[in-house]
Amino acid sequence: MNKTALIVDDSVSMLQLLGFTLKQAGFQVLEGRHGQDALTHLQGTARVDVVITDLNMPVMDGLTLIRAVRQLPQHRFTPVLMLTTESQDEKKQQAKAAGATGWLVKPFNPEQLLKVVAKVVA
Amino acid sequence: MQIDVSRFTETFFEEAAEHVRAMEDGLLRLETTPGDRTVVDEVFRGAHSIKGGAATFGLSGVARFTHGLEGLLDRVRDGRLAFTPELANLVLRAVDLLKALLAAGRQGIPEPEGVEALLEELTATHGSAPVGPAGEAGPTPPGGGLTEFRIHFAPLPDLFRGGMDPVLLARELALLGDTRVEADWTRLPALDLLDPERCHLSWTWRVRTRAGEGELRDVFAFVEDVSELRIDRLDALASAPHPAAHLSATPTAAASPALASAGSTSLRVATDKVDRIINLVGELVIAQAMILQASESPTAASLARLRAAALEMERNTRELQERVMAIRMVPVSTVFSRFPRLVRDLSQSLGKAVELVLEGQDTELDKSVVERLADPLTHLVRNALDHGVEDAPTRAGAGKPEAARLTLRAFHQGGSVVVEVEDDGRGLDLDRIRAQAVERGLLAPDARPSDEELHALIFQPGFSTAARVSDVSGRGVGMDVVKSAVEGLSGSLGVHSSAGAGTRVRLTLPLTLAILDGMSLRVGTQVFVLPIHSIVESFRPRPEELRRVAGGGELVRVRGEPLPLVHLQRVLGVEGEPVDPVRGLVVIVETGTTRFGMVVSELLSQSQVVIKSLDTHYRRVDGVMGATILGDGTVSLLLDPAGLARMAGVDRRAGARAEAA
Repeated sequence: MNKTALIVDDSVSMLQLLGFTLKQAGFQVLEGRHGQDALTHLQGTARVDVVITDLNMPVMDGLTLIRAVRQLPQHRFTPVLMLTTESQDEKKQQAKAAGATGWLVKPFNPEQLLKVVAKVVA
Repeated sequence: MQIDVSRFTETFFEEAAEHVRAMEDGLLRLETTPGDRTVVDEVFRGAHSIKGGAATFGLSGVARFTHGLEGLLDRVRDGRLAFTPELANLVLRAVDLLKALLAAGRQGIPEPEGVEALLEELTATHGSAPVGPAGEAGPTPPGGGLTEFRIHFAPLPDLFRGGMDPVLLARELALLGDTRVEADWTRLPALDLLDPERCHLSWTWRVRTRAGEGELRDVFAFVEDVSELRIDRLDALASAPHPAAHLSATPTAAASPALASAGSTSLRVATDKVDRIINLVGELVIAQAMILQASESPTAASLARLRAAALEMERNTRELQERVMAIRMVPVSTVFSRFPRLVRDLSQSLGKAVELVLEGQDTELDKSVVERLADPLTHLVRNALDHGVEDAPTRAGAGKPEAARLTLRAFHQGGSVVVEVEDDGRGLDLDRIRAQAVERGLLAPDARPSDEELHALIFQPGFSTAARVSDVSGRGVGMDVVKSAVEGLSGSLGVHSSAGAGTRVRLTLPLTLAILDGMSLRVGTQVFVLPIHSIVESFRPRPEELRRVAGGGELVRVRGEPLPLVHLQRVLGVEGEPVDPVRGLVVIVETGTTRFGMVVSELLSQSQVVIKSLDTHYRRVDGVMGATILGDGTVSLLLDPAGLARMAGVDRRAGARAEAA
């Protein structure tokens, strides 16, 4: 059975790039435009094997999402990767503290994405 | 896997354009409420998103510039930098340049000038060195030959909380070379005390690899902070180095910017619009199946069902047509949104205080109409601010509020959309217009035109009521440009002005360029279609209401007002018996600038017609805006009132002359 990735970003082009790459690699892909959107997926019955989220988003930002994910019993151990830029070392630490599994530094190319995903998804 | 990221760049550019608009909008709002945290965040987020996307899609110039801008905004965000008017100007300039950079990237042309200078200014302002966003991290230089490492990994018990699985670490290490691993379970509690959600084990690997220590450390990048990690290099193994074997080139994604055409050819559609269409198509399929079934047995009952299904299908088809047309509809805010910035800059350079009011932003219009509305509206706004609005002392003297009010308004009216530009300035100077019209021979010296007729004269080519040429309104570009742009959209234009109280220019536009409410009419043996919006009224004139004038013209008097009369039959060269207006009909037709009577044999019916361009299928024909297929399958020409007026020589000028004669 295919693994399912939930990708969360307010940028459609980023969602397209993430989604396309992950689908090529055999993932099923769910999308969220912001944290609240993503939580709706996570609270539902859909299976999610990995969450990849941007940090800076309207409505609900990535940090809040990560904290909320860890509050959900079924997703306490679900890997969560955050998309971050090189200038956000402080954010990286905050996100780790909030429960993020790892990060992917923007800009990334598809190979880098899949490599990082492989680090956290069996 | 090779994935070409350039396939997503078009989306990126669209998105970036939206971000830029939102940033601009936010910056303007910040000028009135400098401390608004949410707005600052919004502007920052725009820059941040553009930077991230640009870097990912290989637009390094955009990424670098936005990085500088982001740095500055970050300082504003955390309060280290005050949002002064000077800073606002700098950031707005940066946003302008960003726009140009994005446009250059989209079209694949060289970057605009001044990037470096402005970038320096940005970084000087926020006081940090310009740093480019880090490029892709290159692979660590390979270590050459095989080396053996010992890795000791002792995670904290709550390793799992971060969603990490140590098995994955072991797998990743195994990809780098030969590994042997030993687990240390000395800290494993008795089963009844064991908490399965905590990690009680630690591991020691021996890895023989060509990778360097850095690469090994990278494997543990995500768990470094929740574990004890020790990597020791054992003696280098005495095997011949095979650097080439490891130096496989890292495949980099081809990120050549797509050579997108400048015009926006794609359309973003709200999902609910698409969903409704899909529903309708579903119903259409059902109706079609019913028809097929009913037509199998020719009984009276099935005939009734056939009829019902056909009616259903007709209803669905009509609705589908409407819905599909609605896809092209975009809110007028897409063009209005540029004006807060424009008005801000203009009022600054003119030294006039202006309050901009936008009304009816949700009013929807065909995308192509909206796009082509930008230039005429810009022109009208410039004109209003430059010539219409007085400076503060003059306004104060006239007892008006110091800040002028400029209103952009859109609303539906019948099958049309009305867009108005209204100012509360000094109004049109009728004496000036009269003087200039006489001077240019547009008006006889002794003519007594109505105020409306005088107002309409400003749309004549080369006409200017400005006392001086300014760099705002420019030189030699008059309202006639606006007029032809609006008529090019099958719209019409009118102006209303009262001295001292202001001017209102009204553009009446069709909802769409593809469908039009038409009136089919007969002239002799031919049937034509006339756009409904241009028809004022129709009537059968009494003989005494018709008058011949010198020069071969004819007039028809409508409630005392003389209007030129056009014999459609003659203008279009329709064969057959001459149509006598007294036995046929006169249709009063209005274009943006003129009004005239059109002689036709009879009016037939009113219907929506789909416009087929003659330009693409044949060639441009004067007086005709296209062709359409009528309900009975015959092809009919769609008349263009403005073009007909030109052909018949009955624009205002001719009318005024005829009347004067």
